[in-house]
Parts: sequence; structure tokens; C-alpha cells
Amino acid sequence: MQAKLKVWRGAAGETGGFAHYEVPFEPGQTVLDGLRWIRVHRDPSLAIRFSCINANACKECMIRVDGKTVYACTTRLAQGEMTLEPLPNKTLIKDLVTEIAPPDERLK
Amino acid sequence: MLQADVLVIGSGAAGMYAAITAARAGAKVLLVDRSLIGRGGATVMAQMTVAVAVGEEEPDHWEHHLADTLKAGRGLCDPALSGLLCEQGPACIREMDEWGIGWARRDGHLAQVHAPGHDRKRCVYVDFLNTGPAVSKTLRARVQRIPEVQRVGDLLVTELAVRDGACVGAHATHVTTGAAVPIAAKATIVATGGLTRLYARNSASINMGGDGYALALRAGAELVDMEFVQFFPIGHLAPRLVGMDPIMWDPFRYKLGGRLLNAERREFLPEEGRYTSARDLATYAILQEVAAGRGSPHGGAWLSFQHCSEPVLREAFGPVIKRLAENGIDLTRQPIEVAPIAHYHMGGVRVDTDMRTGVPHLFAAGEAVGGANGANRLSGNAITEAFTFGQRAGERAAALAAGTRMPDVGHSPPLSVRKSEVNPAAEIASLQSLMHTHVGPLRTRPGLEKALEDIMALAPMCAQPGTPRGGLDAEWIDLHDLRSMRLVAECVARAALLREESRGAHQRDDFAQTSEAWHRHQTIRLAGEQVQIASQA
Repeated sequence: MQAKLKVWRGAAGETGGFAHYEVPFEPGQTVLDGLRWIRVHRDPSLAIRFSCINANACKECMIRVDGKTVYACTTRLAQGEMTLEPLPNKTLIKDLVTEIAPPDERLK
Repeated sequence: MLQADVLVIGSGAAGMYAAITAARAGAKVLLVDRSLIGRGGATVMAQMTVAVAVGEEEPDHWEHHLADTLKAGRGLCDPALSGLLCEQGPACIREMDEWGIGWARRDGHLAQVHAPGHDRKRCVYVDFLNTGPAVSKTLRARVQRIPEVQRVGDLLVTELAVRDGACVGAHATHVTTGAAVPIAAKATIVATGGLTRLYARNSASINMGGDGYALALRAGAELVDMEFVQFFPIGHLAPRLVGMDPIMWDPFRYKLGGRLLNAERREFLPEEGRYTSARDLATYAILQEVAAGRGSPHGGAWLSFQHCSEPVLREAFGPVIKRLAENGIDLTRQPIEVAPIAHYHMGGVRVDTDMRTGVPHLFAAGEAVGGANGANRLSGNAITEAFTFGQRAGERAAALAAGTRMPDVGHSPPLSVRKSEVNPAAEIASLQSLMHTHVGPLRTRPGLEKALEDIMALAPMCAQPGTPRGGLDAEWIDLHDLRSMRLVAECVARAALLREESRGAHQRDDFAQTSEAWHRHQTIRLAGEQVQIASQA
């Protein structure tokens, strides 16, 4: 099966835009699996933030999928197009990565 | 430019415990992590239990815990380090209790379960599958309340700074901006965890690529027992399960037994539904069934809880039943598939019982340390190791810092312009696959030689990764990681090739027996770019 991922790309202060990827998947696989597949097979410059892969323990992979805020590691890939965007209420760093660290844990 | 009395690299249980202890001893502490503070690493993923002789469930003494640890270590534990872990464990567990972790209780005392390899009920836990997250959360809350601990996330340490042979801090890159950040420190603690990311199937987070081993090695410290990588025998294999740690089945086996079956639906370990086999033995038994053509469809074994009634399952699994249902798994109707998965590294940075490495002013703590668990770690010892070694390192680093002047770390060395004709994410994936195939739990000479050849062929593209292009340069991070992972993979493969015997987590098909002549350790240093291995009793 193929999922079509429409992924927002761009760094802070730049004009960004959507990039389109076709990602093969088996039922059960997740959006994070799809993003990792893109990095290995298509474009390693795609920035995503995650730590625990898919245990949903680190809570770092929160993004917007089709307008809803979700964890990329527990959202399943589906046939057809899915739109992936960074969190709208956080400062953008790059691509799907936003500043989510507590303010007193950032480099001053 | 940052500075601190004590720099702690890594914010899992060991790093946070070290930071708390060092601050309590009067040090100004800087706690840094390449990811968010207290969320990455292995601790948050530890869904299981913590071994400690608090003797609440039945009488116990730390020397009994030590005896079990040494036995599990197959003769290769450093008894002084194991003893520290077992003796100091109870005080740390009680301290965590005072800090509100919420250890599971029964009839007013701490509940303790009997995990494989222990002679009695010794393992405390937090229900349900919540031990690691509760440890992280408790320590995070504690650290946040100490003004003497400055916390900085998204700071990736790329080199330790060494002057006149002593560690004077570190050079780091601020991941979200790409800025170089020198850090001056009177004492530095490496608490970066292990190397399980080297393997295609692993139970740890993406940060566990052996960074700390590579940092320590390049700074002049010694590593020990690098060939011993623990595979957790019953990592989840199929059907696909998300939102859960792949090692989640273990606590349920403590409670319910659970039958481990081959393709013929027969038990192949002498367990009879109980859960008694040590990790190394269960791992080989599963892989041997697979090799004999009796594996499950995805290449593992079946794990069945079908002997349990639905109410029994509901009580034991609690809310986890719902999460399994969301993944389409109904344990009353189906077995699931499990297989060995890279889980922990017994080897690591060589330290004394003060957690001092061979480099003055450089300490290590937690899984980053080698020696306490020999050739096979007893279940439940990892978090205890993180607490006790973190505490000891924090104490000793603070004491050393108190008599040390703030060093000059200088500017971070200029980095070369980056060449990137490779896809480093793809190279990392192929290194993981290579390690899993040839440097996993079952090893052969030709396999190890092939692995080394490929690892050495990667070396030319693993020079300094150059300068990041702005914030969150994902390729640069991968180039950095590939460099550390390649060096550490070389250490594991070389040590495994030299050890001509089978012991604990290291099993060779050409040397199937444990050899008295190999009742010794291998230590590793770097001479220039050269990995040098010495053998010592």
C-alpha cells in the first residue's frame, strides 16, 4: 500500500511550502514510520523530533496531521493523502520541529 | 559559553540523580541533554521492575542480591561495582519513595515480585508498566526544584575538552540553532546510557547510540567488556504494536507466567508456564528454535496467555488491556509473537568505585559504566545501577570540584566545511542491520569478520561532521551519530572476534563452551584513530 504524505518543509524565517512523498506501508505502520522511511530513502534533511521511536513514552513527536494535534508515533498511516504540519502554537524551528522545551530548559 | 562546577551529560535516571546529589553537596551543576531534559534515553522506557534488597515482601539482605548479580554475570562482574549497586540500592529506593514515586504497595509495604535469576521476591515497580516514566517524572520534578541545577536541553556534546590530560568540560552544539557552545567544568560526568541503537531491533530510544563511549574513548578513557550486549528475549515482534514499549510483556510474565511456544505450539524451555529462565539462556533457546525451522511466522516464538481467564487478564493488565485492544490484540483469543531485541549493554566506560574514569576530572555513571553486570545483567539491576552510580558520581564529582579552580575550556575548535555525498540516515540504517545480523546474540567468525570489514569501510565518511547548516540540521545530527556509532560498533565487533569462547551475552558457534582461560576482561583505548584492545584478569 502507498500513503501520500504532504509534509510542510521550511526553517524559521524562511518561506516554507509543502513537499509531497509517496511512502510504501503495511497496515499497522505509523506516520512516524513513514517519516523515518522518507529520511532513509528520499531525503535525510527532513527534520523531525522523536526519541522513543514508538513507545509513546517521550512525548516528543507531537505534530498536526490533517489539522489535528497527534503523536506521529501512534497515528496510523492510511491510504490516500495525509497532510503533516508543525504545531501551530509553538515557535517553528524547522520542518515538523517546533520549540517544545520548557522555557527554563532552553539555552539562554 | 557555559560553565559549572559539575557538568552532567545526559538526563536519564543516572544523570538526574548525579545532578541532585552534586547540588546537595554544594556544587553548581549544569545538566545537559541532546534531547529534552528527562524524556529521552532509556529510563523513560523502562517499563519493568527495579531489583533491590529492601526485604519488604520477605527477608532479604543486599549480599543475597549481590550473590544473584554475580551468578548472572557469568564470572565477569567487577564485584566492587556490583557490591556498590546492591548495597546502596535500598537507600536510593527509599529516597525515591520519599520523593513520591509511588512504588506499588501491598498490605502497607512495598510490593516486590520474583523476577528471573533472583532467589526471592526482590523487584519493586510502579503499576501499570509505569516504572520508567515514574522514575523520570519524579527525578525531573526534583531537579526542577533545585536552583543550583541549570538544565539545558537540545545541547549535543560533540567532544570532551581535555587539557594537560584532564577533562576541563566539553564542546557542544546547540541543536535548535546550530551554534557552537563551549562548556567549562571542574568535573564532568558522562551519563549518556548505552549503545542499543546500534541494532536494528532495539528497545531503547534514538539517543542510545553509544555517544558517551565515543566521547570517553576519544578523551583518553578506557572501555571494558564491550562485547557483551544484552538481548532481551521476549521483545514484541508481531502483530505491529504502537504506543507501547516492545519489552512490555515481561511484567505480565512475572504475574501470570505466560507460555513460550514454538511453531509446533510446544514449550521449549523447562518453564512449564512459569517464568524462570535467565535472559541469555532464553534468547539462545528462541534463536535455536528459529534456526531449526520451528520459529513463529515472523521469526520468533509465540507467547501465549490463553491459559488465563479474562478477569485474571483484566486484573493483571489493568488499563493496558485497552491499549492492546486498540492494536487489535485480544490475549484471550491469540498468542503474540516475540523475539530477542537489543536491550542493554553490560560493557562501558571503565571506572573505579568512585566512578572515576582513567582521565582526571572525568566520571561516568549508569549504563554508560561497564563492569557491574559482567557478561549478563540480572533483571531489575539497570535502574538500581542508574540511581546508585549516579549518586556516587555526583558526590565524588562535587567533592573534586570543591578543590578545583574553574578551568579555561577555550573556544570550540573550528569545524571543517561539511561534505555530504552520503545519506547518513541510510548509512545508520545499514549499520544497524549489519550489527543485528552479525554482531547480535549468536556470533560466528566469518560474520564478525564481515561486520568489521564493513564497519572499517565506513570510516572515511565518519570524519568530523563539519558545521551544522543552521538549526535542526538533521543530516548533520546523523553524521555526528554515524561517527560515534561506527567507532563503538568497531569496539564491540573487535572485542567479540577476539573472545574465543561463549559466555553470557556473547555466544560463538565456533567456540561454544565457556573457557577458564577467558575468565578475563578486555579493555579498549584509542591510540590516534586505532582501537587497541588489551586483555586482563
